[in-house]
Amino acid sequence: MRALGRSGQLGAMTPTAAGHTSADPVLEQAANWLGEGRRVALATVTRTWGSAPRRAGSHMAVAEGGDFTGSVSGGCVESAVIHAAMEVMESGDPQRLKFGVTNEMAWEVGLACGGEVEIYVEAVR
Amino acid sequence: MRLALLDTLLEAQRSGRSVVLATRLGDGAQELVEIGPAGARQPRTIAGVSADQVYAALRAEEAQVAETADGPVMLRPYTVPRRLLVVGAVHIAQVLARTSPEVGLPATIIDPREGFATRERFPGAELVRAWPDQALERIGLDERSALVVLAHDPKIDDPALTAALESDAFYIGALGGRRTRRQRRERLLEAGFAPEAVARIHSPVGLSIGARTPAEIAFSILAQIIDVIRNPGASPLGR
Repeated sequence: MRALGRSGQLGAMTPTAAGHTSADPVLEQAANWLGEGRRVALATVTRTWGSAPRRAGSHMAVAEGGDFTGSVSGGCVESAVIHAAMEVMESGDPQRLKFGVTNEMAWEVGLACGGEVEIYVEAVR
Repeated sequence: MRLALLDTLLEAQRSGRSVVLATRLGDGAQELVEIGPAGARQPRTIAGVSADQVYAALRAEEAQVAETADGPVMLRPYTVPRRLLVVGAVHIAQVLARTSPEVGLPATIIDPREGFATRERFPGAELVRAWPDQALERIGLDERSALVVLAHDPKIDDPALTAALESDAFYIGALGGRRTRRQRRERLLEAGFAPEAVARIHSPVGLSIGARTPAEIAFSILAQIIDVIRNPGASPLGR
């Protein structure tokens, strides 16, 4: 029996590539924003200690104007990261941020869960 | 990150290639390390990172930081996505097709029967209207593939399970009541599969949460696949 629709192309694909064709949605959105001519910064969780909500490698992209997608915590530090992202877009220099309950800003932007998270913020351009 | 590097990264993911992005956190220097059939290599332009460290990040599917003489270097892996192959374009499959991409398992629905694997019933999913043995041979079941059979018909389910047991699929599940399971087990043993091989099949399928409706069963299946991914070896659920 012949396959119909998109499956008709399967023969042309390499065995391991078939169906494995999606890219990271946060990076896709970053590329879309850049395509619209907006400035973009990318935040990435580099290291975590204790019960941090997002794994190392988690991305959040921020566009000029404050739109963002993805996450680097459970919502606890996103506002501070967006603020840093705006600075990074302006200056072009990457920033390294660290948040935790021991942080002096704990009551404002610390992690309620007690974990610690280190985040790298870079411009995409 | 340079725009050209972002484009290369997206292109690698779209074409099913695993890559690791090395970023020196001190000065922002970056290099995309391609992972070929020969495995990982060390970055060419970022010093002090070994091929083993690149490979370790890839295996962990989590960013890792390597300490070098030039300061910390983040190794962020971008692995080929996992995927879910569903044999039997039934009601449970419709819920799976809608929800599985949310947990990183885009679905391919396989069913040879007229009227089952249709675009109307499965908007957005990859559809293959073919017999499972032929479809799976073309798709290529690998260690990034989960397969669940739901057709409830040995003519469709058995060839799919045979292909799965001969592959490195990381998850195999099969729907069926007690009698169906017993008969299926006997057929697979008769076909020459060892009892340990047949034991790879999760059946009854899904976590035991008392699921009754098609949607509930779909969620129990997805939860079981997540358990297999996140708790390789020993599960807190006693698998």
